[in-house]
Amino acid sequence: MNLLQQVKSLVAKDLSLEWRSKYAINSILLYVVSTVFVCYQAFKSVDIFVWNALFWIILLFASINAISRSFTQESPFRQLYYYSLASPKSIILSKIIYNTLLMVFLSAIAYLTYSIIFKNPVGDALFYFLAVLLGSVSFATVFTMISGISSKTNNNSTIMAILSFPVVIPLLIVLIKLSHNSLIGADRSGSYSDILVLLAINVITVTVSLLLFPYLWRD
Amino acid sequence: MRKNWWKLLGATFICISIIAGFIGPVPKLPILHETIRNVYFHVPMWFAMITLYAISVFYSVKYLNQGNPKFDIIAVEAVNTGILFCFLGLLTGMQWANITWGEPWPNDPKLNGSAIATLMYLAYLVLRNALEEEQKRAKISAVYNIFAFPIMIVLLYILPKLTDSLHPGSGGNSTFSDLDMDNYMRPVFYTAVAGWILIGIWICTLRYRVRLIENTRNRDVNNH
Repeated sequence: MNLLQQVKSLVAKDLSLEWRSKYAINSILLYVVSTVFVCYQAFKSVDIFVWNALFWIILLFASINAISRSFTQESPFRQLYYYSLASPKSIILSKIIYNTLLMVFLSAIAYLTYSIIFKNPVGDALFYFLAVLLGSVSFATVFTMISGISSKTNNNSTIMAILSFPVVIPLLIVLIKLSHNSLIGADRSGSYSDILVLLAINVITVTVSLLLFPYLWRD
Repeated sequence: MRKNWWKLLGATFICISIIAGFIGPVPKLPILHETIRNVYFHVPMWFAMITLYAISVFYSVKYLNQGNPKFDIIAVEAVNTGILFCFLGLLTGMQWANITWGEPWPNDPKLNGSAIATLMYLAYLVLRNALEEEQKRAKISAVYNIFAFPIMIVLLYILPKLTDSLHPGSGGNSTFSDLDMDNYMRPVFYTAVAGWILIGIWICTLRYRVRLIENTRNRDVNNH
């Protein structure tokens, strides 16, 4: 099988596993909705700075929770079985694609719930949604590799947080700037450089993950 | 002596830059005044830090390719020394900021970026402590080191250029070379940069050699 076919069947495998248990989706949805509701109870109404910051914090923790399991949800023996069938490149690529799909779905729902419960002050809704999409893709690409690294350690979740926060802060800085611009309805042409930086970071992370993962999976 | 000439060179460069930096003439500029001399001490720290981090990534790549445990020790000692230079850079910078910008930690993308980059390398050290087995530790931390490096470059050198910053050369501010660096300051500055980079590498090699001695001693104790 070539790389493309392997990736396709691995993504299909992950999707059907998720579809059978619906564990990740349901737990993260519950997490997002309850966090939004707690924030609503605490704040009632917020100005746009806090609105933006709260949304990204909720999305950040939701994505860490969703993605940190991506290499530990299946038993080590089954992982070994996959490694004997597929090349490590196709495994990491399939995980990145699957996590991207999962994150896009989750962030769309989070955005919807968030703007229904809190009053939505977004000036340029389409552009804000683009920022959310870019953010979820960036989280997925960065966290997939980090979860691969942290799955090799014993205390997975702590190490996951420690390793991923410094790496994801540059992304968050750009994302918050981009989403703030669309929130106040600023001119779109001013944000193109931010989008370019985000895309560049994503390309770099995916390339570096593809190069490094073959060294990582072997024990 | 043939092997040690660069250590002597580094020490001489630093002595020259300290003497010339404190007694040499500087341009009289508003706000900066005499504090412009700090450019000889603050900026070279960052050059030394980034050189050491680059050395660390280089040896991490080499470790993944060849699996020699010595390369892993070089990588981690380069990070340790780099963190030292990062703290020195932050300290000299905070002192300077307190005088010229009025507060030790103004909200500036370069400051925040360097703090976050430090977190990244502290996370690297925490990851190493979390792994018991030596080979596994070396491999996984090398992977994280290489993974984090390009993002750190974006953080320190690309993001500040896009946003408003108090630092020269970003957000439309003019660079040092346009503004302050007259023809006397320039050679002193480059001497200081080269000197501190060489000293950084020297500290790194010393730490590496201490680690090697410790490792062989541990092995001897275990064998007896």
